[in-house]
Amino acid sequence: MEVNEKIAVDHGLKADEYKKICDLLKRVPNLTELGIFSAMWNEHCSYKSSRLHLKKLNTKGKKVIQGPGENAGVIDIGDDDAIVFKIESHNHPSFIEPYQGAATGVGGIMRDVFTMGARPIANLNSIHFGSTQHKKTKNLLRGVVKGIGGYGNCIGVPTIAGQTCFDQSYNGNILVNAMTLGLVNKNKIFYSKAAGINKPVIYVGSKTGRDGIHGASMASAIFDDKIEEKKPTVQVGDPFTEKLLLEACLELMSDKSIIAIQDMGAAGLTSSSIEMASKGNLGIELHLDRVPCREERMTPYEIMLSESQERMLIVLENGKEDSAKKIFDKWNLDFAVIGKTTNSKNIELYFEKEKVANVPIKFLSNEAPIYDRPWKKTKLPQKIKFSNNDFKKLKFNDVIKKMISNPNICSKQWIWEQYDHTVMGDTIQKPGGDAGVVRVHGTKKAVASSVDSSASYCYAHPFTGGKQVVCEAWRNLVSVGAEPIAITNCLNFGNPEKKENMGEFVECIDGINEASKYLNFPVVSGNVSFYNETKDKGIKPTPTIGGVGLIKDYKNLMSMSFKSKGNLVFVIGKTEGSLDQSVFAKIILDERKGPPPEINLFNEKNNGETILKLIKEKLALSVHDVSLGGIMIGALKMCIAGSKGIKFNRFKDLINIYQYFFSEDQGRYIIEVDKNNQKKVESILKKNSVHFDLLGETTDKEIIINDEPTFTVDKVTEFYKGWLYKYMS
Amino acid sequence: MNSSVIIFPGSNCDRDMDVALKKFGFKNKMVWHDDDELPNSELIVLPGGFSYGDYLRCGSIAGKSKIIQSVIDFANSGGLVLGICNGFQILTETGLLKGVLQQNKNIEFICKNIFVKVNNSENKFFENIDKDVLELHIAHNEGNYFCTEDELKSLEDNNQIAAYYCNSDGKIDEKSNPNGAIKNIAGIFNEKKNILGMMPHPERMIDQSLSGEDGSIFFENLLKNLK
Repeated sequence: MEVNEKIAVDHGLKADEYKKICDLLKRVPNLTELGIFSAMWNEHCSYKSSRLHLKKLNTKGKKVIQGPGENAGVIDIGDDDAIVFKIESHNHPSFIEPYQGAATGVGGIMRDVFTMGARPIANLNSIHFGSTQHKKTKNLLRGVVKGIGGYGNCIGVPTIAGQTCFDQSYNGNILVNAMTLGLVNKNKIFYSKAAGINKPVIYVGSKTGRDGIHGASMASAIFDDKIEEKKPTVQVGDPFTEKLLLEACLELMSDKSIIAIQDMGAAGLTSSSIEMASKGNLGIELHLDRVPCREERMTPYEIMLSESQERMLIVLENGKEDSAKKIFDKWNLDFAVIGKTTNSKNIELYFEKEKVANVPIKFLSNEAPIYDRPWKKTKLPQKIKFSNNDFKKLKFNDVIKKMISNPNICSKQWIWEQYDHTVMGDTIQKPGGDAGVVRVHGTKKAVASSVDSSASYCYAHPFTGGKQVVCEAWRNLVSVGAEPIAITNCLNFGNPEKKENMGEFVECIDGINEASKYLNFPVVSGNVSFYNETKDKGIKPTPTIGGVGLIKDYKNLMSMSFKSKGNLVFVIGKTEGSLDQSVFAKIILDERKGPPPEINLFNEKNNGETILKLIKEKLALSVHDVSLGGIMIGALKMCIAGSKGIKFNRFKDLINIYQYFFSEDQGRYIIEVDKNNQKKVESILKKNSVHFDLLGETTDKEIIINDEPTFTVDKVTEFYKGWLYKYMS
Repeated sequence: MNSSVIIFPGSNCDRDMDVALKKFGFKNKMVWHDDDELPNSELIVLPGGFSYGDYLRCGSIAGKSKIIQSVIDFANSGGLVLGICNGFQILTETGLLKGVLQQNKNIEFICKNIFVKVNNSENKFFENIDKDVLELHIAHNEGNYFCTEDELKSLEDNNQIAAYYCNSDGKIDEKSNPNGAIKNIAGIFNEKKNILGMMPHPERMIDQSLSGEDGSIFFENLLKNLK
């Protein structure tokens, strides 16, 4: 087939991009070459709209071993132990085929982690769906949850935490972001940079089929009515093979055979071979007829663009082929020497002795387009003036019931009970806490991790929202007693060719960056997902932040459950009463305007560090950060977790009681303290200039407000846990 | 005391079981599915996981694997065999235990703490156990035990039911049945009571920091009985 502009455009390239390709090559590419260009130059692989802005991110820190640019980021957690972690999106495929889309998302991110030599020790996920009233939501939720579970459960890696949100802006574009943490000896990390000429290039794992061809291009396009037709571009996952691949790779990694290794993710063999060669400034020669294929008569074009799962490409030391093959034979996996590294600096493809492609690698990587897209700043919305009249008709008990059973606040137990969260025998904080925590196997250490997003805040004011998400991740780690170390980000946005969407992206990054710098909480890995848009309607800007922290002695793990009755409960951090953008304003007052709550980074850091001090000195019995739903929801969640009640002190503040209890002011925590330690705690708080209020006292079962009993904890638990089960039944 | 844990491709609780056995004093060895012979052991464990992907029926391919004939011989000669979760499924596939494990009634994977009531303590597994209601953990998609009426009758007549799902007080009722298993059956023995298959994972409950500690009671007691 003769390649022309129309065919190029059908491959998702722009007309001027096609012209650039012809100019670079000084000829018209053949179809295989065009396919390779389209795969490498699409948004998903080239980061062409985001790269300029991603460069600004704070990626350095004392504990950072590897920042962005590798398969995943790596941080030092002491004693030669390192944690490899990354979050990645699988949004487009999951909307088209929720089970396989989500499953292969989990598979892909785990491969990124064990490619670096790390054994995966925990999975997390952040999933966003449309309105609970939307006709597709239930099936999408069910499919995604089954897919995530189906893959992670089979591999035997615990899913320890997550986040689920509902908002109508995701009606046509759900988000599935999967994160994996792995453990590796810091002296035995594997990278994707090839080195040396004439080194064998090895293909291992599953056979190549026709699934997923153009998956990466699909993920770089907006959706229309015909999206269902794209089902064949969704890959199919095989967790069993991945489990074998994991064990085989780790076995091979125990000696020094591997020079470079890269998993075949988006754009499969194309991007993995080009990335390894490009990083090593080498050429690569591949013989595509040696690639193990699942289907007959596959063409070079199809082999290069297939996104079949559970495959790896390895550059091996010479002479190690036989011993490596033995390992893959043992695990019943395909193993084929398909080429070698060269000094040509080109990718050269052969098929049945014929040369079918020859492209300088720099054209595919360095010369890929970079766009400085126009973007628009978002103005800070005006604050909403609430008056006492707005609250007059409300009944406190009704509000509590409505808030605690709101889809974005209620318990997600229906979801996480379908994930194996205890396999590997090291999960010490299960889902449902502020962060998931797993022990570092065989040591006293434990690693905490959480995943967060706040699309409403980011939509109202991207800069503030960006800061807020990072702070939220920080607080979640602090709440379990972990010292926050680093983050990974998954940046889910609309169409970057629209300046509003591009502006949201740019300003969210600026916000993330500011908070990340101030908190010394660097970004070590991440991914960008643009074009989350259907028929002109984009999603709210949704940067998802995965945080990782360390607990030096797992016996000091902190939890949110109230421990016993008769203890004091404090709110740490100042309550200003701002309701703008709060869940309360949205669902009780039907008010969606206004700015997100302000972020004060000094207070954020100071409050967090003081909480860690209280935990370390064993003065806090339970800790929970205040987030959606404010103090009231925060305190009720602690009641529910510990099956205790609370008597709130009589309210005599200047602001309205609803503003006090439901505002989402930032930088706050609720802690439980033994009465005998009241003075010690107060003096530490004062010494560190931390604002605090005495909120009340824990009780046996009753929840008492202004001396009036409201619900018992059992009743509130029913509201909290019941909603999602009812919705899904 | 020597034990062996069989690793099938796709096993994923093999390490957890190894950790648990060693913690309570077993000298444990890991055995690859493709091996011909079992090391000298007083206890053979088939661990949880998704052997061979469980793409056919759960446990069916493992039930035909190379090592399994040695396990069958070992069991038939009176050796102690424990199958947890996928291990239980494999034991039913080999015919060493009666019945089948179907998909959970709610057609969902379930991972949570449950309680079981030990039904028969006249065997090496539960003899002298000082607690008859244990809090254990399940994590499975196919744990819904089923057998024919005749099989059920013979299981009951021979006292082959090892444990029932129950509530924290030991009451065996429908509400505490997590997966729809017939008569709340969580685990069964063979006729001679030297083979135990059960869905709950004691190896995930061996530490106060984890989901609980009742798994420790099981292992400590087992070791005592074998000494």
